[in-house]
Amino acid sequence: MQQNRDIEKDLQLRELDAMCVNESRLEHKWYHNIKYLIIGILFGIVFVKSEVVSWFRIQEMFRLQSFHMYGIIGSAVLTGMISVFLIKKFNIKTIYGEPIKIAPKTFNKGQIYGGLIFGLGWAITGACPGPLFAQIGTGATVIAVTLLSAITGTWVYGLLREKLPH
Amino acid sequence: MLEFLKQPWAWYVAGPLIGLTVPALLIIGNKSFGISSSLRHICASCMPANIPFFKYDWKKEVWNLFFVFGIFLGGAIAVSLLSNPAPVEVNPKLAQELAGYGITNYNNLIPEDIINWQSLLTLKGFILMVVGGFLVGFGTRYAGGCTSGHAIMGLSNLQLPSLIATICFMIGGFIMANLILPFILSL
Repeated sequence: MQQNRDIEKDLQLRELDAMCVNESRLEHKWYHNIKYLIIGILFGIVFVKSEVVSWFRIQEMFRLQSFHMYGIIGSAVLTGMISVFLIKKFNIKTIYGEPIKIAPKTFNKGQIYGGLIFGLGWAITGACPGPLFAQIGTGATVIAVTLLSAITGTWVYGLLREKLPH
Repeated sequence: MLEFLKQPWAWYVAGPLIGLTVPALLIIGNKSFGISSSLRHICASCMPANIPFFKYDWKKEVWNLFFVFGIFLGGAIAVSLLSNPAPVEVNPKLAQELAGYGITNYNNLIPEDIINWQSLLTLKGFILMVVGGFLVGFGTRYAGGCTSGHAIMGLSNLQLPSLIATICFMIGGFIMANLILPFILSL
């Protein structure tokens, strides 16, 4: 019982300010994670080939000079929406037979303040967190500095979290 | 076929492929798509420093680190096997504006004229790389997600907070690109 409560507490803590957590009841060996590596590789290739990771594309987007990024984000959202709708409608399960669960998001003011701060950074670096990893992969080694700085930013947020308005 | 893959991919090819990541991750392991959380897991694994926000069992989220490492590898594969030798094409208006700041090199997806190791120690380079990165890491965690977690995953699941966050990302970006970045680039 105590153990269950600890797991529950740990999940709640991970869920803070995050969407991508899930408490799977299943235990897997580490190599099950290779699947995510493969999805990541495919995703990284799409990122580079479609120039989503391009600093120039982000500048075009924020100056309304190109439809490219809007088309990508829009069609990605539409595809995701239809997929989630179908998964819910037909109760599609995971490959391990678990029911699929998506944590709902609750509103807090962090989404406004944090969102604005991230937007400022996005237009400077021309990259959100995903493209940072891909850019380093393309050989732009100096972006490792940007990534380290982003990790520091996350760390400082964790440090100041209790003092910030939410 | 390979020649076809080497060209830049159109939005209507790339967008749906990116969107398909959402069901793919859900179906192969009940994972909600998100990338910025990886930064938090890195903090939790490397330097939790007794901060409550980083005191959780990060090993349960290790899939996310495999995923972002894959993105890094994907970037490397895309340039080594599928690279397109032609320079990046941009809107002529943007090219004209950027030329005014001395940005004329379009050989890479990032502007090598301003983002490189040498310029890291200049004020402009420091703002572009270090300050910019900090804002990205701080802001995404404060907002609870980035373009993937909020704009794609959250909107796919029809979450209002994600719509609010996405609108704020865009407002921040418009303000920076149009009102503040010109000053930074002319430093």
